[in-house]
Amino acid sequence: MSDVLAALPYAVAAWVLLAGCYGIATSRNFIHIIVCLSLVQSSTYLLLLLVGWSGHATAPVFGDVQPGVRVVDPVVQALTLTDIVVGAAVTALLLALTIQLAKRLGTIDPDRIRSLEEDLEE
Amino acid sequence: MSALEIVVVMLVTAPLLVGALVAGGAVTAMGRRLADPVVLLVAVAVTVAAGWTAGAVGDGTRVVWPGGWTPVHGEPIGVALVIDRPAALLVCLVGLLTVAALTYSWHFLADTGTPYVVLVVVFLGACAGFALAGDVFDAFVWFELMGVTAYALTGMRIEEHRSVHGALTFGIVNTVGASLSLSGVALLYARTGELNLAAIGRSLRGSPPDHLVVVSCALLLTGVLVKMALVPFHFWTADAEAVAPTPVCVLLSGAMVTVGAFAVARWWWVVFDGSVPESAIRHALVGFGTVTAVVGAVMCASQRHLKRLLAYSTVAHSGVIACGIGLLSGPGIAAAGLYAVGHACTKGALFLVTGLLLNRFETLDEHELYRRGRGMWLAGTTFVVGGLALAGLPPFGTWAGKAAFSTALAGAHAGWLEVVLLLVSALTGGSVLRAGLRIFAGLGEEPDPGPDTHEQPEGDHPPRRDVLRVLVPPVVLMCVGLWLALGPGVAASAASAGATVVDQQQYSAAVLGGAHLALPAGHVEPLWSVTTVALGLLGAALATGFALASLWPSRLPGPLSVVRRPWHSTQRVLHAVHRAHVGDYVSWVLVGFAVLGATLLLS
Repeated sequence: MSDVLAALPYAVAAWVLLAGCYGIATSRNFIHIIVCLSLVQSSTYLLLLLVGWSGHATAPVFGDVQPGVRVVDPVVQALTLTDIVVGAAVTALLLALTIQLAKRLGTIDPDRIRSLEEDLEE
Repeated sequence: MSALEIVVVMLVTAPLLVGALVAGGAVTAMGRRLADPVVLLVAVAVTVAAGWTAGAVGDGTRVVWPGGWTPVHGEPIGVALVIDRPAALLVCLVGLLTVAALTYSWHFLADTGTPYVVLVVVFLGACAGFALAGDVFDAFVWFELMGVTAYALTGMRIEEHRSVHGALTFGIVNTVGASLSLSGVALLYARTGELNLAAIGRSLRGSPPDHLVVVSCALLLTGVLVKMALVPFHFWTADAEAVAPTPVCVLLSGAMVTVGAFAVARWWWVVFDGSVPESAIRHALVGFGTVTAVVGAVMCASQRHLKRLLAYSTVAHSGVIACGIGLLSGPGIAAAGLYAVGHACTKGALFLVTGLLLNRFETLDEHELYRRGRGMWLAGTTFVVGGLALAGLPPFGTWAGKAAFSTALAGAHAGWLEVVLLLVSALTGGSVLRAGLRIFAGLGEEPDPGPDTHEQPEGDHPPRRDVLRVLVPPVVLMCVGLWLALGPGVAASAASAGATVVDQQQYSAAVLGGAHLALPAGHVEPLWSVTTVALGLLGAALATGFALASLWPSRLPGPLSVVRRPWHSTQRVLHAVHRAHVGDYVSWVLVGFAVLGATLLLS
């Protein structure tokens, strides 16, 4: 039983990843797609934090912690923070591009944008 | 710090610092005027410094621990920058392409402004950082920086909705890939408690192999294979390269693919070799590579849009490079490296000539451009010669790669890959030749013009006298390709770089401490031999045959015209799959990941 419980958080991370991908694959709106993309990125935050988690441990802030007290792994928290920054940059850029797309074409439905389709064959 | 160490740190920091300064300086008129020359100067400096480093570091591996965070009792604490010849040569190549892109755009694209040069120089810094990163999370951050600048550069012309759409697709697919890679990083950290590449490798080799390591290998590789544009991760490539500004295409096709290939090789030998079975990665890389080469070549042959045509030829070449790495030998890496450099230079030159056509005629449709390039002698010659170079005609760069492949394939008992190489040469080279002869020489039956294919030109219409100056970068790139085949000691240098990549112990000893003597590269086969020249000529002849057959389809001799129907039905199937829908692309990434994972687990 405890094995199942231990594996459950990892299953949640995988589930969030796949749910995000499913959303991107089926969405009909670029803003929705970018939100789903954030979901995909969130799965990595979840996974990283899970990796560093440890039972009965406190936050790795050493100002008010007695020496010898268990803390969770600070490295993964730093990684997660960096990852969030990277993710924010990507999301901002993609949203800006979506605004431009809406301005040029009046639609942000990927099914209705045919600008890249290869209708011309040799 | 020694001079070498300072140069190594500067390779990464100089482009980023200058990028920040130029971006800040753009508020003043003076700063805007200085932006172009300063950035160009930095790109030249990085290229020269990387070239010097490649010579100075020799066959060894040097490690710089910024901030003085050296390992304690063999346990790495800081973030390492690791320099060896292959990494330095990669930075040198990306620098060269950046210089070509910047000189091309300096006079040509006067309205691009400061953001463009800043993004280009940051892209260069990110590639350098990625090549030198000795830490897997660090590598991931560089990778994302490279990605974000590339998305922004692709979508830079916001008035052109195709560019914006291409950049969006590019960004979404690559971000999904990067998230999978980061999941792989997290799992590796969970297993080993290390982020340093060499330390992860050491820890993995000390424990029995298990499925978690294989899954994390598949996750980590998926992200780089997306950048490398292997089928079925390749869909974004044609969309992005068809719409990106011309100098950006040079960087995407030449730098991105090569950097991805470098990451695959480096991570395999440093991290996974010894814990994931060799046969697994060999099957995966050669399998994916072969499918990519064939699909890319066939798609390339069926394009009318010139940039899209070149983008698919990039896909085909990427497949060949993956096969070269998949041979899992020093000569295989050397061949893949030579091929990658030859491809990057030739493709860069072809893209730049294409940009000239776009600006003059406002279309990139091959049929629309029929006969319109007559009189553009230098551009036409460069394009047609570029086609022959892609077909592997000696003594051009891609031929040097193919010649090195012949040796590597003979050593690995994989002679059948020679057929794949010939197919790629014939179809990609033949397609470029077809387009070149049609546009610049006006040969062939008059094609059906089809619907309107007008596109916005990228910059100012260049006056006639400027055309010569615009053509300097492509001609220089072609000459670099020639040097690969003719330069003294190139084959030996490539062989030593290949031997360095596969020498896991040397990397490990340099980073974690411990003594290790660099393995000698062994006997280096010369590139020039009767077989390699004959194979090169055969590839060029096949390409010419394909070009002539598509220029005069009605004069195709009877026995040959039976191939027409299967050829067209193959194309129809492939075109139906390439539906330009971002949802499809992401689904394909997951399919590719599943296939990669299954291949790694089952073989």
